[in-house]
Amino acid sequence: MSALIAALLIAALVAFVVWLLSGPFRARAPVAAPADSDERRALESAKEAKYAEIRDNETDFRTGKLSDEDFRALNRQLRAEAVEILRAIDELDSQTSVPTD
Amino acid sequence: MTPPRKRQVRLVVSLTLAVLLASGLIYTSFASSDSALSPSQLIQQARAGENVQLTGTVVKGSVRELADGQLDFRLADRAGGGRSVRVIYSGSVPPAFEPQRELIVTGALKAGTFVAQPGSMITKCPSKYSAAPSGSSA
Amino acid sequence: MAFAGRIALVLALVVALYGIAAALYGARRGRRDWVDSARRSVYCLAAVLTVAMVILEVAFIRNDFAYNTVANTSSTTTPLLYRAAAMWSSQEGSLLLWVWLLSIWSSVATFITRNRLRDIVPYATSVLLGFGAFFTTLLVFFDSPFAQTHPAPVEGAGLDPLLRNPSMLIHPPMLYSGYTFFTIPFAFAVGALIVRRVDADWIRVTRRFALASWLFLGIGVLLGARWSYYELGWGGYWGWDPVENAALMPWLISTAFLHSVMIQEKRGMLKIWNASLVLAASTLAIVGTFLVRSGVLNSIHAFGASTLGIPFVTLIAVMVAGSVYLVVSRREVLRSEHTLDSLFSREAAFLLNNVVLVALCFVIFWGTFFPLISKAATGTSQLVGVTWFDRYTVPLALILVLLSGIGPVIAWRRATLANARRNFLLPLAAAALMAIAAYTVVPIGSSIGAVVLFCGAVFVFASVGQEFWRGWRARRAMSSESPPVALYSMVRRNRRRYGGYIVHVGIAVLFIGVAASSTFQHEQQLSLRVGQSVRVGAYTMKYVGATGSVVNDPNHTGATMTLGAVLRVTRGGHYVTTLRPSAGYYPAAQILPGQVVAGLISGDAVDQVGLQSSWRRDLWAAIKPLGTTLPALGAPLPEAGLVAQADALVPTTDSTVKQLGLAYYVLLPAIVRHYVNFPPPASFTLIASPLVMWIWIGGLIVLLGGLTAIWPSPAALRSRVRARYLARVAQELGRA
Repeated sequence: MSALIAALLIAALVAFVVWLLSGPFRARAPVAAPADSDERRALESAKEAKYAEIRDNETDFRTGKLSDEDFRALNRQLRAEAVEILRAIDELDSQTSVPTD
Repeated sequence: MTPPRKRQVRLVVSLTLAVLLASGLIYTSFASSDSALSPSQLIQQARAGENVQLTGTVVKGSVRELADGQLDFRLADRAGGGRSVRVIYSGSVPPAFEPQRELIVTGALKAGTFVAQPGSMITKCPSKYSAAPSGSSA
Repeated sequence: MAFAGRIALVLALVVALYGIAAALYGARRGRRDWVDSARRSVYCLAAVLTVAMVILEVAFIRNDFAYNTVANTSSTTTPLLYRAAAMWSSQEGSLLLWVWLLSIWSSVATFITRNRLRDIVPYATSVLLGFGAFFTTLLVFFDSPFAQTHPAPVEGAGLDPLLRNPSMLIHPPMLYSGYTFFTIPFAFAVGALIVRRVDADWIRVTRRFALASWLFLGIGVLLGARWSYYELGWGGYWGWDPVENAALMPWLISTAFLHSVMIQEKRGMLKIWNASLVLAASTLAIVGTFLVRSGVLNSIHAFGASTLGIPFVTLIAVMVAGSVYLVVSRREVLRSEHTLDSLFSREAAFLLNNVVLVALCFVIFWGTFFPLISKAATGTSQLVGVTWFDRYTVPLALILVLLSGIGPVIAWRRATLANARRNFLLPLAAAALMAIAAYTVVPIGSSIGAVVLFCGAVFVFASVGQEFWRGWRARRAMSSESPPVALYSMVRRNRRRYGGYIVHVGIAVLFIGVAASSTFQHEQQLSLRVGQSVRVGAYTMKYVGATGSVVNDPNHTGATMTLGAVLRVTRGGHYVTTLRPSAGYYPAAQILPGQVVAGLISGDAVDQVGLQSSWRRDLWAAIKPLGTTLPALGAPLPEAGLVAQADALVPTTDSTVKQLGLAYYVLLPAIVRHYVNFPPPASFTLIASPLVMWIWIGGLIVLLGGLTAIWPSPAALRSRVRARYLARVAQELGRA
């Protein structure tokens, strides 16, 4: 009896493994990476990270770890980088909505 | 000093410091270390009074408790065969102490008897495998 | 069913190998579907190994002694929970636990990164599967947990009583989680170096995994120390045992990494350090795993001589060689973007932090492997003692405590006198006050090391407090939140920073506990008769009476017989507490006819510590009744005679059940009654140790800080969800 259960278990396992892993073997057209959604996500997380950096910079300044001039210079630079990211996001958005014309 | 040169100087200074400290470390480790020996090695290389860590198996039937609470037993080589040496030990004994159990004591050989430092006994957890003595899991 | 388990392991190996091939092929050819298949093979590996684990656990719970590993480590008298835990007390069982945990964490990691770091992930996946393949190979070819013996023995050897305590249930899985989790940052570091991408994205992903490993391993180490203190009979929590050290070393290196990576993030510096640190931490984690099971070093933990030494050394050699090759060949990518402006700066403090932690790790490494080093150098194995370790680790630890106070408040790039005054005045003043208190009010002046540590810890408290205060004040100025809300949202918006500060506080508290309990402890090891008492520090402990029980183990570990003592503790004449240490006696592996009674109690004996903890001090007692030896050894003790007499009363012609019944229900209770009524002198280890509880409290604070740091911020979560929707919208618009 337990031998039967064991055999069924093994069969089920093998079937499961084969089913899950055989994707590339079944002649499907390779799924094109939805590059846009990927890129947009990457840009969004870069934007969040940049905002966090700007906030961190301010906290450092407020708690006396940055001198005035260092803070101002770094703040300018970080905000400029954030603007670049926002610009890239906008460009991406406008690109993906164009094909409907 | 130009920045690259400054960096070079700092690197050299810190590396030198590191080497000096490491040498100090290495020297003291060899100077203040104890040898780890088995009973046969101890008998062969006996240097009276030298502090040594002795590893061996408690010989069955050799355990006696002396009047003053000290423990008197013989320790033989882990791998079997070889000679055994008499050990006198005082102080706390781990509960796993038993004949044919492997243990480690630190002390010195004096007049043919190994006098162990009080409290220096460490027993290894008993084996669950067929042949080799081994221990429990971490 | 064991056959199914064996097949499962072989299947796991096949899946792992397939996944490696698929990942590498997909990476080379840029084929997403192959990379996805590789990711799914990680999930598959986890599923198949889970089946194997379940089969094995069921065998343990059902007491199926046909399995060699069950027969060797469990028995019908082992309580259920410990039977389940016995699975990982053997080498083959613990290997299975290790690789199962590896597969679970790898699944989590590959799931989290399924849409990120697309160029790195295939290589990271193949590294993780490589580890999986290595361990499953060991399980399939070297040491199988499914080996069987027919006919099955009737009874097993039982779980080593030393392991029958709650810590056994949690310490190995926690420690193994820590060790296995380190493979993830390793895999991502290797992947990043292969594709030459060590940017902000990589930092973010790797740091989170490194923080999780650090947290798990730290808890594992702390639990090990707690186990040693509560369960073992020597009253200490750290002995510089090789296996303790093996877990500490990767933890130290990953601490360095977690700090140093902040510098890379902010200023693009220390990149070579960071790559090397993360690779080294993981390699040390594998070295630690190897140490425990190789028998290479004398340790209370070692599994003993095993056949696995060579495979592990090969793996470690491959990891070291590969890491060195990657770092050296990619050094262009790892070039610093800036240089050190001043030696008095945050960057310099963090660099010093790296150096001290690596130095500490080196000291511990040297001391741990010294028996092997000295054998290679001089021909005899030699050991360094605890004093050697302390001599070097204590000063380094003191420097670390000081740095943990300086780091949070020192300025970036260049600390001027002005901002030094602003940031350091309060902490230094607090430390000075502590120094004064140390020689007047608080009785620690006798040890300069303790004074320095206490002052350093106060320095840390003050500087962290200052940071919280200033940040909170700034937050209040900017927003209209009420004070408590402002504090909460301040922490929430910058979990890493404030979580890190909390960790520093926890470490300082932990060190205070360590310093106080090691410097000002009082210990007595002696023999006491009933009625005798002894001074331990400021306390008097009196041996009031003996206790004993048969079968109904008060500690729930399945001991046959338990003998103990009642100790009354007073201080200055006032009653403080009662301690009840005891020792449990377990059956021997084989009970011989004619020695039934002796056989039932001459197996292992385990101390059950009598302990009373308070904020100020711990009172700790361990007892060895019956002197130091058991009746089976024929030592001239009162009880030995009784046991021999009792054995003589057991008719060997009766059935085993009858013999055992007589022993359990008549003879052993009589022996215990005799012990309780006429107790011989027992040997005691008695300790009064100040501030021990703060070690565990400090550990909890570290855990709290670590969790705070690792928790994803809600804003990030929300924006990730929103980004996904936006992406979907964009995609659908594109398709329309």
